[in-house]
Amino acid sequence: MKKESIMAGKTVGTQGLVLNEPLVFEQGAPERTAFSLPQSDMLEKPPEDLLPRAYVRQEIQGLPEMSEVDVVRHYTRLSQWNYAVDLGFYPLGSCTMKYNPKINEDLAALVGFTHTHPYQGNTKSQGILRLMYELQAMLAEIVGLDAVSLQPSAGAHGELTGMLMIRAYHADRGSPRKKVIIPDSAHGTNPASSALCDYQAVSLKSDSRGLISPDLLAEAMEEDVAALMLTNPNTLGLFEEDILKVTEVVHAKGGLVYCDGANLNALVGIARFGDMGIDVVHLNLHKTFSTPHGGGGPGAGPVAVRENLAPYLPIPVVDKEEDQYVLRGERPKSIGKVRAFHGSFGILVRAYAYILSMGAEGLKEASQTAVVNANYLRTKLKRFYHLPYDRICKHECVFSDKLQNAFGVQTIHIAKRLMDYGFHPPTIYFPLIVHGALMIEPTETESKETLDQFVAAMEAIAGESQENPDIVINAPQRTKVTRLDETQAARFPCLTYSDLE
Amino acid sequence: MRYIPNTKSVRQKMLREIHVKSLEDLFSDIPEEVRLQKLLRIPGPVSEQELYEHLMTLSEKNNHGGNASYFIGAGAYFHWIPSVVSHLAGRSEFYTAYTPYQPEISQGTLQAIFEFQTYMCLLTRMEVANASMYDGASALAEAVLMARRINPARADVLMPSTVHPEYRQVVQTYLLAQDTNFIDVPFTEDFQTDWKAIEKRISKETSCLVIQNPNVFGTVENFQTLQRISEKIHEVGALMIVTVIEPISLGILAPPGEYGADIVVGEGQPLGNPISFGGPFLGIFATKKTFVRKMPGRLVGQTTDSRGERGYVLTLATREQHIRREKATSNICTNQSLCALRASIYLSVLGKKGFRELARVNLKHADYAREQISRIGGFRIAPVPIFNEFVVECPKTVSKIQKALLAKRIVGGLDLSRFFPNLENHILLCATEMNSRNDIDRMCEVLRSMT
Amino acid sequence: MNIPRDLKFTKDHEWARIEGNVVTVGITDYAQEKLGDIVYIELPDLDSEVTAAESFGTIESVKAASDLYAPVSGRVVEVHEELMEDPKPINQDPYGEGWMIRVEGTDGRDGLLSAEAYEKWVDEEENQ
Repeated sequence: MKKESIMAGKTVGTQGLVLNEPLVFEQGAPERTAFSLPQSDMLEKPPEDLLPRAYVRQEIQGLPEMSEVDVVRHYTRLSQWNYAVDLGFYPLGSCTMKYNPKINEDLAALVGFTHTHPYQGNTKSQGILRLMYELQAMLAEIVGLDAVSLQPSAGAHGELTGMLMIRAYHADRGSPRKKVIIPDSAHGTNPASSALCDYQAVSLKSDSRGLISPDLLAEAMEEDVAALMLTNPNTLGLFEEDILKVTEVVHAKGGLVYCDGANLNALVGIARFGDMGIDVVHLNLHKTFSTPHGGGGPGAGPVAVRENLAPYLPIPVVDKEEDQYVLRGERPKSIGKVRAFHGSFGILVRAYAYILSMGAEGLKEASQTAVVNANYLRTKLKRFYHLPYDRICKHECVFSDKLQNAFGVQTIHIAKRLMDYGFHPPTIYFPLIVHGALMIEPTETESKETLDQFVAAMEAIAGESQENPDIVINAPQRTKVTRLDETQAARFPCLTYSDLE
Repeated sequence: MRYIPNTKSVRQKMLREIHVKSLEDLFSDIPEEVRLQKLLRIPGPVSEQELYEHLMTLSEKNNHGGNASYFIGAGAYFHWIPSVVSHLAGRSEFYTAYTPYQPEISQGTLQAIFEFQTYMCLLTRMEVANASMYDGASALAEAVLMARRINPARADVLMPSTVHPEYRQVVQTYLLAQDTNFIDVPFTEDFQTDWKAIEKRISKETSCLVIQNPNVFGTVENFQTLQRISEKIHEVGALMIVTVIEPISLGILAPPGEYGADIVVGEGQPLGNPISFGGPFLGIFATKKTFVRKMPGRLVGQTTDSRGERGYVLTLATREQHIRREKATSNICTNQSLCALRASIYLSVLGKKGFRELARVNLKHADYAREQISRIGGFRIAPVPIFNEFVVECPKTVSKIQKALLAKRIVGGLDLSRFFPNLENHILLCATEMNSRNDIDRMCEVLRSMT
Repeated sequence: MNIPRDLKFTKDHEWARIEGNVVTVGITDYAQEKLGDIVYIELPDLDSEVTAAESFGTIESVKAASDLYAPVSGRVVEVHEELMEDPKPINQDPYGEGWMIRVEGTDGRDGLLSAEAYEKWVDEEENQ
């Protein structure tokens, strides 16, 4: 049997011992605790007496009472229900699920970083400020732009920051424009961020290559267009070949070019956004710069800009005066602040450590390898899956379920079946311009052996789709839970334990 | 390179299978003019050992909890983090996973978020909470945007000075394009919100009232007044948004759900997350069920699988940007999952009794510090209810006091004149369970020497 | 795909049953099929005014959300409130129990499609 031969001796899903675990709110017993406090001898009377009675709350009914062992087992069991990069291949397109180096976790946990306060003053934070200053400079060098803000907390947060700066720039010139052009392959955050800046999103159709057509762009590029918001490489994993013409068309009409830097992992040390004519870019430190995704965050989304936009950067920025590092808040044209304090410093430490570990050559090698790995998968998989844009890709490639549709198998089924083979599925149904898209991003931290196993699994699923489609359609079978009823979840939302009761 | 498994020779083999001659061929789609011809000017590579030494050196160039004692809060609070929090959140099944888009292999993260949502509802006494947002300030900005969406015709946002100045700045930045009329209201001599001034500004134009409790000066606002104000706000059809920046206070103070809040936002950092110079932090967002489809951010819901087993999924996603694009309730595309997990573990460790006791100890320590300082000549403190923070009017400039404290390795409080120019010589001090009697006495000694 | 001959249609896939001065409105069989399981619907208040070709509410499935467009202008005289509690009838019986609102007024009816024209329109959309 084909399936057996693929699985023999390989890292694929098996039925391990997975324990059930109720909610914390269904556990514990009265008077049980996992907490201890130092003896306090500061006050004789109960502190409740210090407050007017109406202000005082009773103990919160519903909070659990557990011992330390209960808590440890609870969260350890939960953790075992997760797939993770440390368990295996996680080829989510556009998410850059690369390995997260362990030393970076240790460094971010140093007490001289964690137990520090944002208002403790410049002179008593010189190590922290130096790290931030140097990271600003490294990121500016990597993207070929002039100034950086480390403040935004995530990619979409960086988009909002960048678009607000573009808005401030045009307002300053006395021509507040109304529209933003966004290619139809864009991430959903792009139009959503533009809408927050009160811009009308104008969709630009991709051409037959899957790229921006300079001619179509020129037609759409009117005087009231504030910016073009693009992604390069785009969400098909393709480099915008006409990028120089594209940025020229926009600049000629007084517009600016915003780049969603989600896909930077293809380009570090190879090409720079600044050299392409891009004016603003956000970077996802949790993608290209290896900081962990954390089950959905925290990440960080610094923004880099050309010199003419620097006055609008959020405050504060980190600067250097002689040999002292300082936080600078007096910037009259700044858009203000997009979050409290100075940025997600704990994440910045990890990115800084990663860049130093890699060095210029290592960063370049990472991008090159990521591109080789993606093209390897593209070449291998196109024998079994429809590849709508068959050309050299960058860090990711996008397939569709077209060939499998004939047997009633759709992208969702292929994705779920991959779980039975021990892999996390790719990003699915995105970008929207590919019907039934499967968007695969291997990153540089996967070995050829892993890629070959993934190819074998994808080949097996393509075979099953023809010969035994039910096994694909009814997947997954080896996971802790099977397919979940999302309709019920949305029709009768049960969002807390008390809804459940 | 230790993070890249494929060696150059393996790479060559792969290039042959891709049917290209050289690595260069894979980049032939990039125009010659933009192809970088030289190496980036970036230091490194460094070994793991060198890296550790370098960052260790940097980390020691700061004041930190290992070499100083801190009496500062102002939006970021030091609390003891039980050892199990970092051990459990440090399991790589949690921190190296992505957003739980594939529920069958993400039940750990999903159940943890469901528990977090429940915890936040219990603390705030609201009906629904999301999976978290970037931080308290951006959560507040999202709350104001939501209020504007619910009543698009109303442009007045009442936001008194007793809300943290950085939070106010963030709200204003987020709403730069929304044509909003921000109405500032001053505070009284004893650092309470000027409620009479607020009442005068409530009208049919009011979209929402934003309050912070305890407020930025540490004062606990009058409970009955808050109830009365919320009634007035609701009479005109506006929303009341309550910000809680120190959630430990909810262990002893009446929750916002009891004084009429429609939306409660807050900062979850004090719940088991280190301050780390101000981030990553944890935005809390809770509201009433009637508003669930208007709220921003991810939500996890319970459902069943095809065998009838309980399971969890991301739900009500049609509010979000990947489906609704420019019509989404927010552009947010993430949450602070790992920080939320830390908060849940922390609350599980504390439990019902521990959370209460911790709140009591904070109040005790802050009260002791306040009592001791008020006995020193020249230092004045308003007699208002507090939780773990309070304002002290000093006989000298705050910078002089901070300097004297620093000489004894004490990081004093926030110089309020930084945000309130008329509050010269006013310092905002904080004491939590981390500040022992000995610490407080030592600080008071320094202050005594300043008179 | 069911397209009743006695109804009029919009290009946004709403149907209109015109009886005298009162128009009953819902979404077509094709639309409910495309959306999948409907999980939520938001309808206008009784006595509010709707305008032809403008949004009068929203409809959501698990993975999609869209606006509902009024086929005619007029005053809402009846709202199918039960759908907001349980929207299943929209999937099960789109032209019957799945009706959404009744509007008094027929302004804009001239712009509506006949069953034949609507069928052609759907074919075009499918082949795009």
